[in-house]
Order: sequence, then structure tokens, then C-alpha cells
Amino acid sequence: MRREDNSVEMLSGAEMVIRSLQDQKIEYIYGYPGGSVLHIYDALAQQDTIKHILVRHEQAATHMADGHARASGKPGVVLVTSGPGATNAITGIATAFMDSIPMVVLCGQVPSTLIGEDAFQETDMMGVSRPVVKHNFAVKHPSEIPGIIKKAFYIASSGRPGPVVIDIPKDMTTPTDKFEYVYPESVSMRSYSPATRGHSGQIKKAVELLLSARRPVILVGGGTVGGRASAEATELARVLNFPVSTTLMGIGGFPASDRQWLGWPGMHGTYEANTALHNSDLILSIGARFDDRVTNATEKFCPTAKIIHIDIDPSSISKTIAADVPIVGPAKSVLLEMLALLAKSDAQPDAEALSDWWAKIDQWRQRHGGRYVRNENGSLKPQQVIEALYEVTKGDAYICSDVGQHQMFAAQYYKFDKPNRWINSGGLGTMGFGFPAAMGVKLHYPDALVVCVTGEGSFQMNLQEFSTCSQYSIPVKIVCLNNQSLGMVRQWQDMNYESRHSQSYVKSLPDFHKLTDAYGHKAITVRTEAELIPALEQAFALKDELVFLDIYVDPTEHVYPMLVPKGSMRDMWLSKTERT
Amino acid sequence: MRHIIAVLLENEAGALSRVVGLFSQRNFNIETLTVAPTEDPTLSRLTVTTSGSDRVIEQITKQLNKLIEVVKLVDLTEGEHLEREMMLIKLKATGQHRDEVKRTVDIFRGQIVDVTSSIYTVQLVGEQSKLDAFISAIGEAYVLETVRTGVSGIARGDKVLSV
Repeated sequence: MRREDNSVEMLSGAEMVIRSLQDQKIEYIYGYPGGSVLHIYDALAQQDTIKHILVRHEQAATHMADGHARASGKPGVVLVTSGPGATNAITGIATAFMDSIPMVVLCGQVPSTLIGEDAFQETDMMGVSRPVVKHNFAVKHPSEIPGIIKKAFYIASSGRPGPVVIDIPKDMTTPTDKFEYVYPESVSMRSYSPATRGHSGQIKKAVELLLSARRPVILVGGGTVGGRASAEATELARVLNFPVSTTLMGIGGFPASDRQWLGWPGMHGTYEANTALHNSDLILSIGARFDDRVTNATEKFCPTAKIIHIDIDPSSISKTIAADVPIVGPAKSVLLEMLALLAKSDAQPDAEALSDWWAKIDQWRQRHGGRYVRNENGSLKPQQVIEALYEVTKGDAYICSDVGQHQMFAAQYYKFDKPNRWINSGGLGTMGFGFPAAMGVKLHYPDALVVCVTGEGSFQMNLQEFSTCSQYSIPVKIVCLNNQSLGMVRQWQDMNYESRHSQSYVKSLPDFHKLTDAYGHKAITVRTEAELIPALEQAFALKDELVFLDIYVDPTEHVYPMLVPKGSMRDMWLSKTERT
Repeated sequence: MRHIIAVLLENEAGALSRVVGLFSQRNFNIETLTVAPTEDPTLSRLTVTTSGSDRVIEQITKQLNKLIEVVKLVDLTEGEHLEREMMLIKLKATGQHRDEVKRTVDIFRGQIVDVTSSIYTVQLVGEQSKLDAFISAIGEAYVLETVRTGVSGIARGDKVLSV
């Protein structure tokens, strides 16, 4: 970059990495040092605009960056060393990939002269990461670094977002080898140009279908939340008076407290969402990808429904379910065009048909209605813990979930009115995701209520991050639904394996109270209904402390509704004994 | 159905592995694969023959297009096209059979490119089915070694795959 005096700035590769991140306005890096990245860490130490969060395991670094990205919409940045540092990051990269989360992962590599020689801490990170990244780059010359970093951020955050890995051999960062530094102002790539708007003809056709629908459902997916199109989706639904179901990844994309919201569809979706979809004549899918946990048996999926499918990624359209009107484009611009057409149109949705449709839906709402039976002896059901959490946080927290029964209960019983508040590993289903993700969110939004909802199984997969929270004072609240077993595995074993609980019982749980103490945080144990609300209130009153709530819940509880395997969307278990 | 997909991709290290990786990762089938740089050295052209239902082929082309280094692609089988494959084949050619081999090579318009007293090495160019037919005409018992390039294809007429 030319300075004011017209001299050229000469930087080493290591300095270029840091300068490029500064020019990219990056505030946080999550990482862990090691041999191959020591030059970069040395350059990092000589500046103070980028804060580095030293994690205790590289997987946590990726989840922190991921949580940060999901809450803020901006790509998270990770810095790890070669070999084990890089491979430890893979689970988090794959997690971000499956949920289309923007992330840039800088990995050290052994010097280019040693690549391929099985050098110490060498892993072919290009090869290992290839199936779980949107793209990856290997640096071949230090002067390429600014251009590659610029491209990496562009690719990670445009189109269908995703993680991008940059593999940096150590000799590309040698402090004494200086090159001219220029951070590109823009990127253009002949081989990559994501759609910026949908096809007008297709949008027009879609609007005609919407106006003639008699039993429509709008399906709001993760692409609505990630594409910052929740407001437009909400407006469209209200203009049309159509029922809305948000997928697990789309939760918050339409306000849960709205009368038009049916809950989420699929495996553990609501009775009314699944039944309405099954009986619908039109599904408007906005950034949802009809994955197997939503559709159940694809050949039985919503037999009478026509499908309008909006997606930024053409390969998501007609992948599992054929679309009648495919629209490739960003959700926001497509929805704005639809709204404009509707505003101009003289035609109205069929009010009479819709009123019949709503009457049916309101009946279906009575059938299950999110019911569960509380224990009479005062011991807790997991559902009531989430209901209490909703009440105490007034529905205004960021909920970062781990994976398992608690994840489903959190998604079912916490009502999200805003997008980017429900943060979970929906695609990959990564246990251990929730806690570091919550840390990433809390760093980004220090004044917000940030809660990790977890189980004693998931939590133990990344509990070492207690230490990181001590170091940087990250006061997240952890709600651990402790059922002393791997609840979702156990549920499947109850339902499909005659209750043979093979390895789903955690025989030797730590004393979470002492464990939390040992890291200098606060723990509260809850065993009864009477203790629940006061404990939550106490935890949230301690604004500057990490509080771990070890909440004992009924280990025999199952998540319902649950789709019957190989069935259609309307085939569900509603309780342990009741089927549709 | 069999499809021939022609792909222009950035001529960069690792680009080919992304294409090959994609096929195995998504359980797509590759029958043949050829790749070489084009007249523009920054681009490689790759031809892949594959088979699958319409849905699978649609996914293959979409997923290929999604690879950052893929610049452009076309499913040649959607229109009129030419396809060629080259084979070098080493054949046993002794005794009275030696003349028969020569005659068959001539019929298929192949060229004998190397000779020993007991062997003909033949070069043959054509559609995949022609090469298959030649092998069955010769009889597998006389085939010592084959090497095939895989299919290359190009559209007929004015259509051009270029940047």
C-alpha cells in the first residue's frame, strides 16, 4: 500500500497476514499457537487492534468463530497450527460448512520444502479439509497473502456462505523476507459470481401461484436467517395471511409469538406444522433445503403440494424434493420483488379458502400443543426448565445449544421472536458446539444475555473452555439439563432396541459443582421445581460471572412429536403410547 | 443414461482433486475422465463421462458448477456432439492369426504403431463403442494390454465452450 509519502510498504508474510486481517476490520481471532504459525503469532503480538482469544482446544476456536458469525452475520476468524492444530479444527469447519456459516480458517503448514516428506506436524490440510470447505487456498508465495485473504473473506461471506481454509507454509511467513504489501480493494473472479437477484419471470410465476393457493405454507429456512431476509419473509407472510413454519435452522426467521407461526417441521417438529405441510397445496420455501430430518420419506413428502423454492445455491433446489418453481437468488431481493409485485397486483389471496385452511390448522393446534406431563414429586421435566428459562430471560436471550434432547426441547419451548438468536449445529449435529459458540456470541455482544443450553454429555466434549472463560472473563450462563444419560441415544434405544441402553448411560459423572469451582466460576445445582426459578434468577443477576446450572431432569423423558421412520410428514408419535 | 460433461476449470494445483473428490464424496459415478490444459494455459479442459438419472445428472452439473475453480461447463449429450477416445492396444500376433489381426485393424481403420515378431501395438481412435467393438472383434484372448485415454468431446456446429 502506498503511504502518504508515496513509499511502498514492505512486509513479511506474517505481517501481511495480520495487516490483511486489520484491513478486513477483523476484531477477534480465535486460535492456538504452534510451530508453523509462530511467525504469525509474533506479528500478532506487535499490534493491538485485533484481539486474540487463546482457546484450550482448536475445535472450540472454530465453534467460537462460528457462534460469532451466526449471531453477527460477519465471518469468524480462526488461526491454528499445522498437523494436529489443523485436524482438531476440522469438526468445527465441517459444522460451519453444513450450516452455511461464513468463516476463514488460517492454518499453519510445514515449510514448503518439507511438504510431502511426512515432516513433524505435517497434515495435508488441503486434502483433509476439501470435502468440508466452500473453498481452500494454499499460499505458494508470500506476496499472494493479501490477495488470498481478500478472496477468502469474499468467498466465505457471499453467495451461500461457508468456511474457507488458507494453508500457509511456515516459509511463506519468514520475518526477514519482505514484499510489497497491497490489500486489494475488490475481488473479481471469472469462476465465481453468485446470483445477486432472482429471475423475474420465475418470481412472477411464483406470485401467481401464491395468489391462487388454497392451502399454502411458507417454509422459512436457515437461508432466510443467514440471508438477513427475516423482515421481508415476515412481511410477505403477513401480507398474504399464510401460515409459516420455520425449519430448525430458520427459527427466529419469523416471530414465534405470531399467530401465523406453526412451529418447526420435521423429526421433532410440531404436529400442526407437519400436518399442515402434508396437507398443503403450495409450499413456499425460502432458503430451506428439504433435508432428511425435515422431509421423512421423500416419496411420501407432501403429496398434494406444489413447491416454490427460493435458494441462493442452485444445487439445493430439486436435490431431494423436486421444485415446481425454482428461483435462484438471495432471499432478500427475491422477497422484495415478490412484495412489490403483490403490492401492484389487483388479485388477492383466496380469503375464503384461507379461512377454511386456518380453521383446520387451529384444530390441529389442539391435538398435541406441545404438551408434556409434569412430575408430581417435584422433580423436573426438561421441558419445564426451558419454559422457565424463557420466562426468566423474557425471551430475549441468545440460546446456543449443544446436540441431543436438550437441543430439541430448547427449540420447542423457547420462543424466538428475533433471528440470529437460536444458535445450534443443525446440519452436522456437533456435540460440544454450544459452549464455545456461546462464548463467541458473548464476546461479540457483551451486554446480551447469552445462554448455552446443554446436556451433561455434550458439555463434557468441550468443557476445557471453562479455562478460556476465566482468562478473558466471558460470563456466559450454562443451563445443563443433566439427565445422567445420552438422552437422545437412550430415546432411540427405548423406541427401537427394546430399551437396551447400550453405552448411553454416563456412569461416572464429574461433580460439576466442584469442576466449575476449580476453574473459578460459579455453579448452582437444581434438583426440584421449587429451586428452578430462583436459581435462574440468581444466575442472571450475576452479570459478570460465568454460572453453570447443573439441573437434574427426568432421565426417562422422550422428545415428542417424533416422525415415524419411513413415513410421511403426518406420521408421528405424539407420546410414548400415542400415534397419529 | 450416459452423459458427457465438458468442464473448463482454472489450471491450478488441486483443482482436479476437487472435481474427483466431489464425485466420490457425493456418490456420483465416473466412467472416464480426461484433462489437459487448453490453448489458454490458465484453463484446463476436463471431460467426464458419467451415468445416472436426470436428477443425479442435474446434481452433478450443479455441484460441479459450485466448485470455485470451475469456470464453465456443458453437458454435451444434451445436443449434437462429437466424441472420441484413443486406445493403444498390444495384441498377440503370431502364426496364422497375425494376418487376421492386421485385417481387423484395417477394417477398424486403426494403425499399427509398433511391431515385433509376435506383437502388434495398435492405435485406434473413435467413439467408445467402436473401441469396445474392436476388442470384441479381436477376441480378448489376444489382448495383452490396453490403455485408453477416456472420452474427449466437443459440440457440433457453432456452439463453443469458452470463457
